[in-house]
Parts: sequence; C-alpha cells; structure tokens
Amino acid sequence: MAFLPLAIARLILASGEGEAGWAIYQQILQTPRYLISLIQTVLVSLAVTIAALAVSTTAGLFLTRNRFRGRSVLLSILTLPLAFPGVVVGFMIILLGGRQGLFNTVFPGQVVFAYSIFGLFLGYLYFSIPRVLLTVMAAAEKIDPAREEAARTLGAPPHLVARDLLFPALAPALIAAGEIAFATAMGVFGTAFTLATNIDVLPMVIYTEFTSSANIAMAAALSVMLGMVTRAILFVARSFTGATVVAGG
Amino acid sequence: MRIGKVLQLSVTLLAAAFLLVPTIMSVLAGLTVNYFQGVRSGLTLQWVVKVWELYAGSIFLSLGLALACLAVTLVIGVPAAYALAHNPGRASRAVEEFISLPLAIPGLALALALLQLYGSYRGFRLSWTFILVGHVLYTLPFMVRSVQSVLAAIDLKTLEEGAASLGAGPARRFVDIVVPNALPGILAGALTVVMLSIGEFNLTWMLHTPYLKTLPVGLADSYASMRLEIASAYTLIFFVMIVPLLLAMQWASARAQRITQ
Repeated sequence: MAFLPLAIARLILASGEGEAGWAIYQQILQTPRYLISLIQTVLVSLAVTIAALAVSTTAGLFLTRNRFRGRSVLLSILTLPLAFPGVVVGFMIILLGGRQGLFNTVFPGQVVFAYSIFGLFLGYLYFSIPRVLLTVMAAAEKIDPAREEAARTLGAPPHLVARDLLFPALAPALIAAGEIAFATAMGVFGTAFTLATNIDVLPMVIYTEFTSSANIAMAAALSVMLGMVTRAILFVARSFTGATVVAGG
Repeated sequence: MRIGKVLQLSVTLLAAAFLLVPTIMSVLAGLTVNYFQGVRSGLTLQWVVKVWELYAGSIFLSLGLALACLAVTLVIGVPAAYALAHNPGRASRAVEEFISLPLAIPGLALALALLQLYGSYRGFRLSWTFILVGHVLYTLPFMVRSVQSVLAAIDLKTLEEGAASLGAGPARRFVDIVVPNALPGILAGALTVVMLSIGEFNLTWMLHTPYLKTLPVGLADSYASMRLEIASAYTLIFFVMIVPLLLAMQWASARAQRITQ
C-alpha cells in the first residue's frame, strides 16, 4: 500500500519541477486555454449532476413505490451501464449522435451531436444515471410511506408533502449521489477520449500535455488542480447542505 | 396524482430507452453485413470472427489481469478488512480513508503518479505487473468495503472468543471463523473486482504499452481506426463477458446486504 502515498507525493512534487517551478499553478490560472477548460469541465459536471439527480430521483422513486410487471427488467436496464467503461459509453453516444448514428439516419440532415459539448454531456449522463439511481433507491426503500399518507389524509397538497417530508428524508442520499456523479464526471477520461476530439475538458488537456507536448510538469499540475477543485467544490456543497456524507465509487 | 404517475413513468421509460437503444444498435451493428445498408444486408458472424483474429490477445490479457488482480485483492483485502473490523477506532478509520483514496482521485492522475514514480524502472514499466499495480490500487477499496460491511454486521468477537476458548490460534480462527462468515462479502467483492478490472480504461490507457493492450484499450483502438461493424462486434464480445458478471455481482451484493440488515 506504500505505492499510493508515494505516488501522490511524487505527482505533487513533479508539478513543481518544470521551468516555472511552483509558479506553474499561477500559469494555469493565467493561461486562457487551461482556465477555460477547467471552467468548462466544472460546468459540464455540474449540469450532469443536476440532470442525473432529476432523472434518477424520479425513476428511483417510481420504481421503489410501484410494483408492476417488467419492473425488474426496467431496473436491470437502468443499472446496465454500471459495468461499461468510459470508452464504451462514448461509443454508445456515437451510435446515437454520430455521423452514422440513429438521429442522423432518422432525420437525414446534419443531426450530428456526438462530438459536441452536448454529446459529452449525454455521455456523462449515461454513466451517472445508474449510480445515482442505486443510491436514491437504497434510501427511498427505507422511507416509510405511511408518514406521507398521513400528511395527505390531513389535506396536505402533493408538492408540500414532497417538500416537507419526502425530500428531507432523501436529502443525505441525494447529496451522496450528487457527489459521486460530480466527482466521476470531473475525472472520467474514457468518454472524453472518444468524444471530445474538439472540446477542451481537463482530462483531455492533461492527456495531450503529457503525450503530445511531453510537458510532464504541466500534466501533473493540472491533475493536482483537477483533484483539488473537485474536492473544494464537494467541500463547499457539503458545508452548504450541512451534511456529512462520504462519497465513493 | 395520476398525471404525476404518468409523468414519472415516462421519465423512467425515457431514461431506460436512452440507455438501452444504443446497446441494441451496437449489438445489431456487430452482426450486420453492412450497417450503412441496415439489417436488410443480412446477418453475419464475420465481424466477430475478425475481432477474434485481431484482438484475442487483448481479451486474454484482460482476463489474466483480472484474475491476478482478484488474487492480490483477496490476499491484501480480506485480512485488511478483518483488521479494520477487529480494531475499530480512529486509526482504523484513517487507514480506511486512505485505502479509499483512489476512489476520489481521477484515474488519469493516479496513472500519471505511478508513471512518475516507477516509470524509470524499465523492466517494471514494460511488464504487465505495472498495469496490475494500477488495477489493484483502483479495485482494492471495493473488496475491503464489501468484506468489512459483512464482518461489521456479525458478532465476530463472541465467535472468536468461543473458538479461542476451544484452543484455536489466530491463524486457525481467521481461516475457520472469519473467512466462512465473510464469504458473501468476499464473493460480492470478488465479482466487483473482476468486473472493474476487465473494464478499466482511465488508468490502463496511460499505463499500457504497444505490446500490452487490454480489452478496453483495444476497444478504444477499434473505435478510432476500425469500421463501425468491427467496433460494434468487439463491443458485443465485451458485453457478453461483462453483463453476466454485472448480474452475478448484483445478485451477490444483494445477498451480502441481507446479512448486514
């Protein structure tokens, strides 16, 4: 296990070994290309987190509270991408929105979105839905619907029941799930590798710095930056919501 | 309320379609003579055969890596989970956080760190064990957590005291008491480790060499440079390997979870 701390320490040290020394971090903030890719990565990840929470909470609550034929098949389909690596997810989006993709075949014209920022968003959403869904469902199964029924019998309108009873009970799970979705979207490389040929997201920039430019110090510094920004945003989100949930996955 | 329910169902179905439609398209494309002309051009296994000719090596490398990774995570992870469950306390929690660190670090950063640290040892860098180290670091937390959650749910102390009073030493207690009781957790953890290792790309892409291409590395390669039918047929082979693993893993996890409740 000594591999890990040594490796991380080495990475941080390596970021300061370039020509610029430790000023490399200042350089990141002053170079528009790095800064824009950082902001772009954060924005896409936030958008994916919100979308995945909306879709998976709706689906998760529906699947927890209704028993019907085909429910388990539906649940299997919704958790299928758990086993897909990022590259495969990227390929799925190409099949939907690439040049030979579904949309471009059904609506002949120029419906090619796989390689745009929207395609990347869909790719990230693709692997976030199952992760968020499982967390939400695990929490939703523990909520006793009797409390909500009682509130309804007493005349509370549905949106108040949701606001005052359902969401407070789900809140810790939603925060944990949101953290997982956000952290994964920030760092995932495979999907960006297949889709983001023209988009600068941070993992792709790190990769090109390392391979094409052989700028190892910058690749290391950007990785450290990526890790720190992710942690910082999760920290802010956590203190903002006042919960202490450990994310993982 | 009824409208609400219809809306919920539509969102659920739409999400399922979003996830399922491209996988079906991929399976079909891998079995179609000419995807551009559609299924009318006929079904064939020629692309699957072609993929096997081109990439069988990478498929076997991934299987071998996954088994080696499983062996290492079992040998390290099960005793580690036992030690953590046996000595709850602040130190244990620190170690636990520490083991879980790779979950919080992007795979790309972890790969860069490994390259920085060990890249200059040529023999190690060029051997498959280098990729193995990355896979072990990434999958170990899943094994530890899975085993630990089962161990935390049983009354380990009483069982061990009983065995000790009958004269069983620590090694005997570990083999005869701890391992059998932790088996559901070990099984769920093992299936997770194998599944994750076979599908790992973020780290592996950085660590691989031209002579050591794993299955997902080969996939990325085929997406970039092969015709759509071959890329799809390769994806189909991957699905055939990974989906049964996923189903088995979900079954084993549900079984392990019933114990902890």
